[in-house]
Amino acid sequence: MSDDLHAAVAAGVLPAEECFAELLGAIVEVARAIFHARGSSIFLYDEQTDELVFAAVASAEERSLLGRRIPASTGIAGWVLASRTPLVIDDLENDPRFARDVAERTGYVPEGLMAVPLLHEERALGVLQVLDRPSRSRFSLEEMELLGLFGTQAAVALDLLASARRARAALDGDGAASVVARVAAALERLDEERRDAAQALLRDLERLFAP
Amino acid sequence: MTASVHAHDDDDERPAWSLPSAAVRRIALDNPLPERVDREWAFAGATGRGVKVCVVDSGIEAGHPAVGAVAGAVAVSVDADGNTVVVPDEEGDLCGHGTACAGVIRALAPEAEIHSVRVLGSGFTGTGKVLLAGLRWAVEQDYTVINMSLSTTKRAFSEVLREIADTAYFKRTVLVASAHNMPVESFPWRFSSVISVGSHEEDDPMTFYANPDPPVEFFARGVDVKVAWLGGSTITATGNSFAAPCISALGALVLSKHPRLTPFQLKSVLYLTASNVGAPA
Repeated sequence: MSDDLHAAVAAGVLPAEECFAELLGAIVEVARAIFHARGSSIFLYDEQTDELVFAAVASAEERSLLGRRIPASTGIAGWVLASRTPLVIDDLENDPRFARDVAERTGYVPEGLMAVPLLHEERALGVLQVLDRPSRSRFSLEEMELLGLFGTQAAVALDLLASARRARAALDGDGAASVVARVAAALERLDEERRDAAQALLRDLERLFAP
Repeated sequence: MTASVHAHDDDDERPAWSLPSAAVRRIALDNPLPERVDREWAFAGATGRGVKVCVVDSGIEAGHPAVGAVAGAVAVSVDADGNTVVVPDEEGDLCGHGTACAGVIRALAPEAEIHSVRVLGSGFTGTGKVLLAGLRWAVEQDYTVINMSLSTTKRAFSEVLREIADTAYFKRTVLVASAHNMPVESFPWRFSSVISVGSHEEDDPMTFYANPDPPVEFFARGVDVKVAWLGGSTITATGNSFAAPCISALGALVLSKHPRLTPFQLKSVLYLTASNVGAPA
């Protein structure tokens, strides 16, 4: 509870979920631009349903994928998530099962993809994919490293997004967190004089609760 | 007390905690390395025959032209009570990755016996537990080489994984694991009892380098590798995932020619025959 309470109160001053979604969007945009790729997307792992959910996409043609879900247990993204290992694959059109499955789910079949697990502390939060970078003679380990860096950045953004969602859930609930958060929000709206008085009152309350 | 100085001959004997003078003559090594270890001695002419290589991964597509026969396949999952279960694998490969690893091994060690332990594909939740159970099962089967092109970041699993890796090491099962190429702590590749592998960019499976600056110990081909994939297909792939089976296969070659080598000796042989050590560049 204390984590949620902390997150909920923090949500009064932290940006809303939309901002983190925007950050994820910016990350896939930059990833797509850096790798001169056709698309890029971020999957968020949904523990409840054991699925990967499209949380951000970079190109207009991928827009319809937002919110779509795929099972976390199969496929390349599933493997990357479970193995926590990055993977770069070209000539995917040679894999009939992949092409069929992906076409059925998304209507967009990439020829190649780079996928990196989004790892934050001990957890695997999702997968970042970069689709159809231009075919070149050789892939380089430098590109792999760059992909890893994007993965690290995206993982932090995804962790913030998850915290924001937890905070939102706590606020929407009817526990102590929501009361404290409502008081915090109301405090922000008071004029200066009343805010000073309210803060003095809260400090007294704090002393009362001190062990 | 009878000193059992040659414990690997008989598992029932007590381990050799000490070595009385009278027992010294009994520890003559049955497979001493030659004065000069080179590739000719290490694996020239070897095919992997007699060596069992186990791929702990997403399963293997049996009968794939680049893989051929799979000698045995099991799938590990977690049942409703949270217990791990090992059953014969009827599904094959659910991703393509395990088939890719098996193909890399088959290309270099054509007569090695390839086995599959599928630890992926039954949902993400519990992956760490399944991975652990799969590796433990594989070690119990006495495979000669176990290839693990995956890892876990769960610290809670690291101690148990380390114990399994040490058990493998002492019972002469060589555990080859792909190193992580992101700045995260993951296991089991970081353990000193396993052989950890990262990628180099050259297009030659016989080029491999010893790393003077571990924890990654060897670099093998892992960039733009033509690998076997689902439906009998072939794709081009990059990742340390494909470097590890290169070293697994080379290990299988060495062990098919010199079956009594310990994992310690095998690592030494790989070191001495690495492209930046004993072998011509």
